[in-house]
Amino acid sequence: MFRKVTPGDKALSFHFEGGVCSAEPGDTVALALLVAGIDSCRDSVVSGQPRGPYCLMGACFECLVVIDGVQNLQGCQVQVREGMVVTRQRGGRHALGDTLS
Amino acid sequence: MSASLIEHADRLAARYDVVVVGAGPAGLTAATQVAAEGLSVLVLDENLAPGGQIYRAITLRAQTGRDYLGAAYWDGKRIADAFLASSLTYAPAARVWSLDPASPRDDEPYARIGVSLGGASRHVQARRVILATGALERPTPVPGWALPGVMTAGAAQIALKSAGLVPSGRVVLAGCGPLLYQLAMQLQGAGADIVALLDTGPGMGSAWQHLPQFLFSPYVIKGLSLLMSVRRRLRVVSGVRHLAIEGEAKARQVRFETERGTETLTADLVLLHQGIIPDTALANSAGCALEWNESIRAFQPKVDVQGCSSLAGIFVAGDGARIVGALAAAETGRAVALAVLAQLRAERAEQFEQQRVDVLKRSAWLQRGRRFIDAAYLPTQPFLAPEDSSTLICRCEEVTAGTVREAAKRGACGPNQLKTFTRCGMGPCQGRLCGPTVVELLADEGRISPAQVGTYRLRAPIKPLRLAEIAGLPATSAAIHAVTGVWPLTPKTHPAQIDRELSNDR
Repeated sequence: MFRKVTPGDKALSFHFEGGVCSAEPGDTVALALLVAGIDSCRDSVVSGQPRGPYCLMGACFECLVVIDGVQNLQGCQVQVREGMVVTRQRGGRHALGDTLS
Repeated sequence: MSASLIEHADRLAARYDVVVVGAGPAGLTAATQVAAEGLSVLVLDENLAPGGQIYRAITLRAQTGRDYLGAAYWDGKRIADAFLASSLTYAPAARVWSLDPASPRDDEPYARIGVSLGGASRHVQARRVILATGALERPTPVPGWALPGVMTAGAAQIALKSAGLVPSGRVVLAGCGPLLYQLAMQLQGAGADIVALLDTGPGMGSAWQHLPQFLFSPYVIKGLSLLMSVRRRLRVVSGVRHLAIEGEAKARQVRFETERGTETLTADLVLLHQGIIPDTALANSAGCALEWNESIRAFQPKVDVQGCSSLAGIFVAGDGARIVGALAAAETGRAVALAVLAQLRAERAEQFEQQRVDVLKRSAWLQRGRRFIDAAYLPTQPFLAPEDSSTLICRCEEVTAGTVREAAKRGACGPNQLKTFTRCGMGPCQGRLCGPTVVELLADEGRISPAQVGTYRLRAPIKPLRLAEIAGLPATSAAIHAVTGVWPLTPKTHPAQIDRELSNDR
C-alpha cells in the first residue's frame, strides 16, 4: 500500500503473524506493516471487523497490535526493532494475556 | 549549550519552573524563549523528534531528495535547531496522561503532571505549564471510513515526512481543507498515482465577505498558486456529496454524487480530510474551561489576553488554543512564553511585556485572512452531522449515527449521558474520533447550538496506562502507611531511592 520514495540501504527484519517482513531502522511498526503490504493489523472489539492504521499520530487507536507479547500497543508510536514479534490485536485486551511482565 | 535529552522517567527532576507539553511550532518557540532566561524548562513530547506534525522528522532526515515536501516545511528547521541548541530538558516519546492545576491553598503553587517515559511513570511539578498540544484532524465520518485502506490526509503526510513513504496504488483524496491540496501536490511530487481529488467543501461563495482581508494574507500567493497547480495537474471534482467508501475487508472503490450524477472510482487508498481542530484533551481533563468557536465549529480552551487558561498557571499556545497555522503558532508560542516570563521574572516584567506586544503584532499579521480560509473550508453540514443512520460515528465501540440520534430522541441530554446510553466515546481513543461528531449530532437533533450541547468531560489518564506503571509510581511514607498500616523504616522521598527498593523487592 506504501513504498519508499528512495529505498534506504539499511534493513532489519521482524515477524508479523508468523511471516518475516523487512523494515528500515527508525520506522514505526505501523508504517513498517504498511510497507510490507499489510493494511489490516487488528480485529475490532465489537464486531471483529478488520481495521488498520488511520491517523498515524497516536489519536485513533486503530493500529493496535501485540508486540513481543504485550497487548494493545499503538503501532504508530513504537519503533520497529530487529527480531520484533508482532501479531494482530484480536478484539480487546485479554486478562493475563501478556506473555511478558 | 544544547538540550539535554532524557529517555527514562528516572531522570526527570521533581520540579521545573516551566513544563511545556508538545514540541510543534508553538512548543518549540515557547520552550526556547523561556530557557533563554535561565529558567528550568522540561519539554514533554509524544514524537521521537521535535517538529510536531507539521514539521515532523525535520531534524532527522536531510533535505536532499525530499524537495517534494515544499518550502513551507523547511521553514521549521530554524526553530527546531534553535530549540535543540537551548539549555533545557527534552523528553521525546513521552506520554502526558494527567494534569492537575496547583491548589490555591498551597503557599507555593505547583501544577502536577503525570507522564509516562521509557516504560515508567512519574509526577513532575511545574510553576507554570504551557500546553502546546496542537491540532487533530476533524473526524471524517462517511460510510466505509473504518475500512482498512482508508486513512486521513494527515496520516499520509506523516508517512511521507517521517519515513519517506508514498502510496503505491491508486489514491483518491476526498474532503475539504487546504491540507488536502497541499498533500495532493506533495504526493504527486513524490510519485503517487492520484486518481482524483474530491472536494466536498462549501466553495468560495460562502467566504466572499472575508476576501478583501485575505488579499493581504501571507498565504494568498502561496494558496492560490497551490490551488491552480493542483487543478492543472490533477482531476479535481467540486461540489461532492454523499461520499461513501465501498469494499468487503478493505477499501475498493469510492462512490459519490455531484450535480452531474453518481460516479464510482476504483481506489487502493482513500485519504479523507475535513480540516483541523484544536486537540483539547489535556486542557479538558485538567478542568480548563472550553468555548465554542463557531467559525471553525470546534471547542477550544478559553484563554485570556496573556494566553492563560481559566486555571491559574496553565497557559495554552499554538493551534491547541485556536487554529492559526504553523507560522502564527510559532509566534503565539513566543508570546505565551513572554507572558510566563513576566510572571516568573517579575522584576523585568515591563521588558517582557514590550517584547510580547511586538510578537503579537507579527502573529496578527500572519493571521490576516484566516477568516476567509475558515469560511471557505468549513465542512458542509452532512459531513459534520451525518444523515445516513448506518454511518459509524464511534469507531472504537462501533456506534452509528442512527444510534446516537435515537439516544438523543430517548432523552440523552448531552455527550456524557450519551456514553451511558450507547458506550459512544468509551473506547481507547477516549472520544477523540467521535466527540466532535457527537456534539454536532446532538445539536442537530435538539435544534440547539453546539455551545449548549457541550462536549465530553475527559478524565485522567487521558492516554492508556499500564497498571504496573501506576503501581510503580513513587509513594510517600504517608501513602505507604495509609495502604499497609505500617510506617516505612526510612522516609522515602526521593523517587530514585523508592525505585531501587522496588526493584530489589522483585
